[in-house]
Amino acid sequence: MKLYDYELSGNCWKVRYLLNALGQACERHPINFHPGREHKSAWFIEQVNPLGQIPVLEDGGFLLRDAQAILVYLASAYDASGRWYPANARARGDIQLWLAMAEDITRSASAARLHDGFGFVHIDVQAARRSARALFRQLDDHLAEQQVQGRRWLVAGEQSTIADLACFPYVALAPEGGIPLDEWPALRHWVWDFRHQPEFIGMPGILTPAL
Amino acid sequence: MSGFNTIDPNMLDDWLTVGPATRVDHGAYETKLLGSRVRLWRDDAGQLQARAADGRALQVQQRYGYLWICASEGAQPKPLFDFPEFDEPGRRIVDCDGIGVNVSGLRMVENFLDMAHFPYVHSHYLGEVPHTEVAPYQVSIDEEADEIWATECRFYQPRTSGSATEGVEAHYRYRVMQPMTAMLYKTSVPRPGAQDAIGLFVQPVDEEHIIAYCLLAYFEDTLSDTELIAFQHTIFGQDKPILENQRPKKMPLVAGYETPTRCDAMSGAYRRWLKKRGISYGAIS
Repeated sequence: MKLYDYELSGNCWKVRYLLNALGQACERHPINFHPGREHKSAWFIEQVNPLGQIPVLEDGGFLLRDAQAILVYLASAYDASGRWYPANARARGDIQLWLAMAEDITRSASAARLHDGFGFVHIDVQAARRSARALFRQLDDHLAEQQVQGRRWLVAGEQSTIADLACFPYVALAPEGGIPLDEWPALRHWVWDFRHQPEFIGMPGILTPAL
Repeated sequence: MSGFNTIDPNMLDDWLTVGPATRVDHGAYETKLLGSRVRLWRDDAGQLQARAADGRALQVQQRYGYLWICASEGAQPKPLFDFPEFDEPGRRIVDCDGIGVNVSGLRMVENFLDMAHFPYVHSHYLGEVPHTEVAPYQVSIDEEADEIWATECRFYQPRTSGSATEGVEAHYRYRVMQPMTAMLYKTSVPRPGAQDAIGLFVQPVDEEHIIAYCLLAYFEDTLSDTELIAFQHTIFGQDKPILENQRPKKMPLVAGYETPTRCDAMSGAYRRWLKKRGISYGAIS
């Protein structure tokens, strides 16, 4: 397998995380996202992803773009335990809901981070932060209800799923976009729990708890 | 008034970067410096021009692949610092561009000068527990150039660069040329007798927001630009949350506010040097 990857991308990290958790070896093809904007270069758009976005996974000639789609694929193909994408109609319905939320988080919280950290000055950062805060309020309410019922994760079950994984990085990285998490205690609790899972690996900006 | 939010001569009289020279390749470029908008462009003759928010013409130059502005209204700005490695044959120049950080530029430079955090923040790269000891090193001031030097620095690094395949005791030298501009020199992996150079150029957007640019002058011919930049961004991305969580965001230059230890000799020298210059921008004094 090959992953078109950028180290500081939360969406790429999700894929690296699941590959690592599933024990799947993968060649990493680093893309010069910043400052090179290689994901918008002619060769990348022609050969890898017409949308000019990372991550993209290649597995035995099968080329798949979109972080959430890749998580669904990897969990379906390589997770014999069924932990990450349980074969259960209600769980899958719920997971789909949060995968869509992960897209919204990318468009808001991740956009604010790109504005503040990576010189994406055309982004309306106030609007991005407003949207992210509204999403975080929803997430926090849902997680608070889950926590009252003794559950830790977005979807009912003992372990986290790709729903949590998909939403996690741009919540954890939100302070880099000028969105501190102080006002959402259940959300912070969930970030803490996610980081303390045994298979957790960090990325620049999200430390592994052992440190 | 030009709109710059300081009267600190340390900022107004220094050459401050506003980014890589390629920014003006496709017309005028606007950015923020010292709390105010600045505009740069090339005129019809190809000459670099810069103006402050109030329309005042600013001193500007292109050097080391970067744009530099001197905001002072004085007649003659001082010369830009020397960076001889930039033009040295055999070195490869790779620009990593900048990353925005929500912190005072002085804190950014101080972090760049610090070895003690390597095993904790850059674990498996620039350091590794239990190799946490910072061996004694020398700190001196170059009176003529008014620069700080730290020499004879060494640190065990499991992966000192993108091309490292095993741990090495990396030798470092540090150099501070201006409060917002520093360099480090470290053992080159492909050429162990020589040192690679890394420049840190800080653009103070305001007192608590910066863009930190990184320029490499490396003896390196195996890795691609993308791989070299990826390594730097990984390291930088690890520092970023640490920097952004420092409180206060400005650097305290008041005795007793933060407690240095022996390994902080470079940081101590930097703070004393800043204090002697009477710096106020991005500082609590």
